[in-house]
Amino acid sequence: MSVDLATRWRGVAAEDAEVITAPVNAMLRGRSRRLLSSLMRPHVRALLGATALIVGFDIASMAGPLMVQQAIDRGIPALTRHHDYWPLGLTVLGLVLAGAVQASTDYGFTYVTGRVGQDVLLDLRQRVFDHFQYLSIAFHERYTSGRVTSRLTSDVEAISDLLMDGLQVLAWAALTILTVAGILVWSDPVLAGVVFVAAPFVAVLARWFRRESVKAYRATRETIALVIVHFVESLGGIRAVQAFRREPRNQEIFAALNDAYRGATQRSIRLVAVFGPGVKAMGNATLAGVLLVGAIRVEHGRITVGVLAAFILYLRRFLDPILDLSQFYTLFQAAAAALEKLSGVLEEEPTVPEPTPGSATLLTSAQGRLDFDDVTFGYRDHPVLHHIDLHIPAGQTVALVGETGAGKTTLARLMSRFYDPTSGSVRLDGTDLRSIPRDVLRRHVVMVTQESFLFSRSVADNIRFGRPGATDEEVRRAATAVGAHQFILSMPGGYAASVGKRGSRLSAGQRQLISFARAFLADPEVLILDEATASLDIPSERLVQRALLTLLRDRTAVIIAHRLTTVEIADRVIVVSDGRVVEDGPPPELLSRPSRYRQLHQAWADSLV
Amino acid sequence: MRGGGIWRVRPYVRPYRTQMLVMLASAAGALVAVSTVPLVTEAVINGPIVHHRGGLVPLAALALALGVGEGILLFVRRWILGRAATGVEADIRNDLYAKLQTLPVSFHERWQSGQLLSRATTDLTLIRIFVGYGLIYLVVNTMTFVYVVALLLHLDVRLGLVTVAAAVPIMITGARFRRDYHSASRRVQDQQGDLTTIIEEAALGIRVIKAFGRHAVEGARFASMARTLQSSSMVAVRLRARFFATLGLVPNLALAAIVLGGGWAVSDHVMTLGGLVAFVTLFLMLVWPVESLGEIMAIAQEASAAIERIWEVFDTPPDIADRPGAVDLDRCEGRLRFENVGFSYSEGGRRVLAGVDLEVAPGETVAIVGATASGKTTLLSLVSRLADVTDGRIAIDGHDIRDMTLASLRRHVAVAFEDPTLFSASVRENLTFGAPDATDAEIDAALDAAQARFAHHLPWGLDTRVGEQGLSLSGGQRQRLALARAILGRPRILVLDDPLSAVDVHTEAKVEAALARLLERTTALVVAHRPSTVALADRVAFLDGGRIVATGSHHELLSTVPGYRAVLAQDVEAPAGPPAWEATAV
Repeated sequence: MSVDLATRWRGVAAEDAEVITAPVNAMLRGRSRRLLSSLMRPHVRALLGATALIVGFDIASMAGPLMVQQAIDRGIPALTRHHDYWPLGLTVLGLVLAGAVQASTDYGFTYVTGRVGQDVLLDLRQRVFDHFQYLSIAFHERYTSGRVTSRLTSDVEAISDLLMDGLQVLAWAALTILTVAGILVWSDPVLAGVVFVAAPFVAVLARWFRRESVKAYRATRETIALVIVHFVESLGGIRAVQAFRREPRNQEIFAALNDAYRGATQRSIRLVAVFGPGVKAMGNATLAGVLLVGAIRVEHGRITVGVLAAFILYLRRFLDPILDLSQFYTLFQAAAAALEKLSGVLEEEPTVPEPTPGSATLLTSAQGRLDFDDVTFGYRDHPVLHHIDLHIPAGQTVALVGETGAGKTTLARLMSRFYDPTSGSVRLDGTDLRSIPRDVLRRHVVMVTQESFLFSRSVADNIRFGRPGATDEEVRRAATAVGAHQFILSMPGGYAASVGKRGSRLSAGQRQLISFARAFLADPEVLILDEATASLDIPSERLVQRALLTLLRDRTAVIIAHRLTTVEIADRVIVVSDGRVVEDGPPPELLSRPSRYRQLHQAWADSLV
Repeated sequence: MRGGGIWRVRPYVRPYRTQMLVMLASAAGALVAVSTVPLVTEAVINGPIVHHRGGLVPLAALALALGVGEGILLFVRRWILGRAATGVEADIRNDLYAKLQTLPVSFHERWQSGQLLSRATTDLTLIRIFVGYGLIYLVVNTMTFVYVVALLLHLDVRLGLVTVAAAVPIMITGARFRRDYHSASRRVQDQQGDLTTIIEEAALGIRVIKAFGRHAVEGARFASMARTLQSSSMVAVRLRARFFATLGLVPNLALAAIVLGGGWAVSDHVMTLGGLVAFVTLFLMLVWPVESLGEIMAIAQEASAAIERIWEVFDTPPDIADRPGAVDLDRCEGRLRFENVGFSYSEGGRRVLAGVDLEVAPGETVAIVGATASGKTTLLSLVSRLADVTDGRIAIDGHDIRDMTLASLRRHVAVAFEDPTLFSASVRENLTFGAPDATDAEIDAALDAAQARFAHHLPWGLDTRVGEQGLSLSGGQRQRLALARAILGRPRILVLDDPLSAVDVHTEAKVEAALARLLERTTALVVAHRPSTVALADRVAFLDGGRIVATGSHHELLSTVPGYRAVLAQDVEAPAGPPAWEATAV
């Protein structure tokens, strides 16, 4: 019932349909391995050192029971019979020494693996972060910001957990199992044989556990993800929930999701409930067998009491690592899944590639002339622009007008090279944008969008984003130029005031003014405004309008707007329809004859009364 | 251990008390079994081996029985734990969610969603671990310690005292480690949070970063934070390394002392050889309980903090709830009256609204116009009691809305917000939010009226998932769906907060034509920023400084109220200090 409820109300989305086939799976694994090995390569020496330390640790920790055996077989008899203190004294000294070595190698090992883990983590974080920044807008449009964040947080942390805790457990457990097995065989092969009778049973149990825990782990992750999404969304939208009396339905959905998660957790706990005690019981049964066979062998003089005692002590150490290995496996699974996703991101190529150093043009200064030569563009199979020829001389203010979906925004995005044309070319001062390095192009062409994104930093920092290194005076001048100075001063703290979480302490109009100040400070030769005034109320729009006059002076400007107020300050209007330029001319001229622009203008004017 | 908060979890554990007792009993049983095995070993060595007496097979059988018995008891405990611990966790989570849904909007505005989420996930996991593991082992390990030490003292008093002495430094180190590690990992967590903020903003602001070509600057900012985090993490690593080294050292030294003293005792015939072996085995059994005592104390402490954080939510009184004797208004005519309504966010705080008087007749549509931060949105949210008036009253058909049940009030009043909330669910689910029984025909009609027929052409039609986790829609599309949702329930009173701000001019005209027909029969309050939206209304109320300063038709107000002109007319020059910029949003 819960499954049905969990699926029906959620509806259908594209990623649900993805099915991973076998060859894809193999490809994924190869990709993950490549990433892992490139991450570990710089740390080979440190890892070798860590291996040496863990071997030292292992030897030292194995010495304990041996020393006890020595004490029982040699030390105590020597003391009892000959009053010779030395053998016992030496074993005790050996124990102290072993303890010291064990402690110091343990410290060394934990430290070195911790260091390596942290270094790899830093390396991975920077690689992934830089790569996300390097990828084109087209990528970010299908890869939501939430997914970017979880790649860089929970996925990276899963790998860090594996490196910090998992490797330690794995190295220690594997080594312990091997050495203990060696010691058992060496001290008495027959008794060791008794122990190894249990091995196939433990192996079968471990195999079953591994396979089941993969499923259980996935189920827990999936169910908790649904709980979290529902929780965050429904409480984030609490106004709508309460206004529409949605609480009972939400509670019903939440209870079902919560119960599914509870079931998944219960299942994974119960897997351990079978596995852990199972291994324990087998170990205990083995111990009973060892005791029986061992006693007989002592009686027959084949082994000493000391050997039997040591054997029992070692046996305990043989079993604990098997349980630890299962814990490692959980960490490993989480990390493997994370690695798969991260390597996928790192292998993405930007759709808008940087020019090769040989072909790059370092346009040091630009006039701001823009040319579209026979430009055609489409998103996947869906054509948006057809054979656009458009020439904008330096210093002109051009308004792009047309209905939603006509291709205005796409034109703007081609100008700032968020995309590359499918055919034809876009040129700045005669140079194809594809041969201008990214950072050079951004110095000359800046695009301001409707969302006017602000960072959760101070007002000054947000303006200075336009030109890092600008002085306070320059920041102030930019704010004054766009008319933002006054309201900034009225904020407690002025320019140092925080804008709140992504600008939440400012109104939409204030945010837009800050983003204008930012663009003003950047002082590009070409400025593109995409719907920059769409969501403002009239008084705010009026302020922004005035700021625009200052902002657009002395540079090439391309403005996209629905509200035609913004368009009235343009030298030239270009009407776009179905991916083609259908009208082009100064606004008064277009208004003077029957034109699409005149229709649009009329509709807009009617809406104002 | 600070137990203050921890016992508040008792009501949730009570339904599982039988299970808890069984778990405790099986833990204790397993303990007895596991600590008896060394005694059997002793008997084997001292009996059949040293003195060549018989009885080896029964003793071995006993060891086998004890060993398998331990396994079974462990299994029983963990199996039950699966049910009980997850049950406690799930019950608290359900109640927490229910509680959060009853808390008013003001509460949710105060609390960040991340904080609530961490209570519902991380904190509850801590409680589960405490109930299922910490609580049981706190008892079991204390029992183990006392029991084994008693056995050791019984075997040999002097060596037993050595053992007790060895436990002291371990516990002290454990306590110190817990304290230092707690503050170190707290710092790591805080810095992780800062790093996450940088990551989130770099992802959300990717267009701005790209538009200005600021990858290098953001990359450097990220790198420096990541490096700070790395060095804090290394502090924690070093603490851990030191702690584990100490944990390894002390038992070894104690073992050396036991072997030395034990050897002596055996040679003096104070102790048998088998006794020494049993002693050493038992001693090794103590290492884990003593070590883990520190960990368990830490779990208890963390759980106690988690419980405090969760109960902080439980203890918050729901400010907006049904009064005793609230009436369920079955039929509603739709007469809405504001009588001297005042509102401020905190007691004695700035008054957002003061002395608002307004009457809306059944079927009438009134537009609310005002500058940014003039209190328009606040006024609207009072109608469906998302917040309560602090002065005066709001009445529907003469009933104070606080005397109506919330369910009936919200059945008659539907809202569409400027920032439309769509949930990660199917379009249908999002639409039938307030009207779960709506038929397909009703849904179609609502979609038609809101010009949201595009919903039928989504990849899976009305079953397409939208919201964060689904298909992303444009702002205008989201607003039109939210509008369809509001009109779907056929409410008597419709409250619309600038419902078409993100819709383009052409679509806006069509929606307004459809809305105009709908609003003929419905009482409506509409916040408007543009003349086109005002045109929907029979009457306009102009809100300024938290008061309604003028009502009348759009043209009347345009010609008589200068403030109104400043807010709504396209062609005027703005006055010197427009009110829009005086107050920053709260």
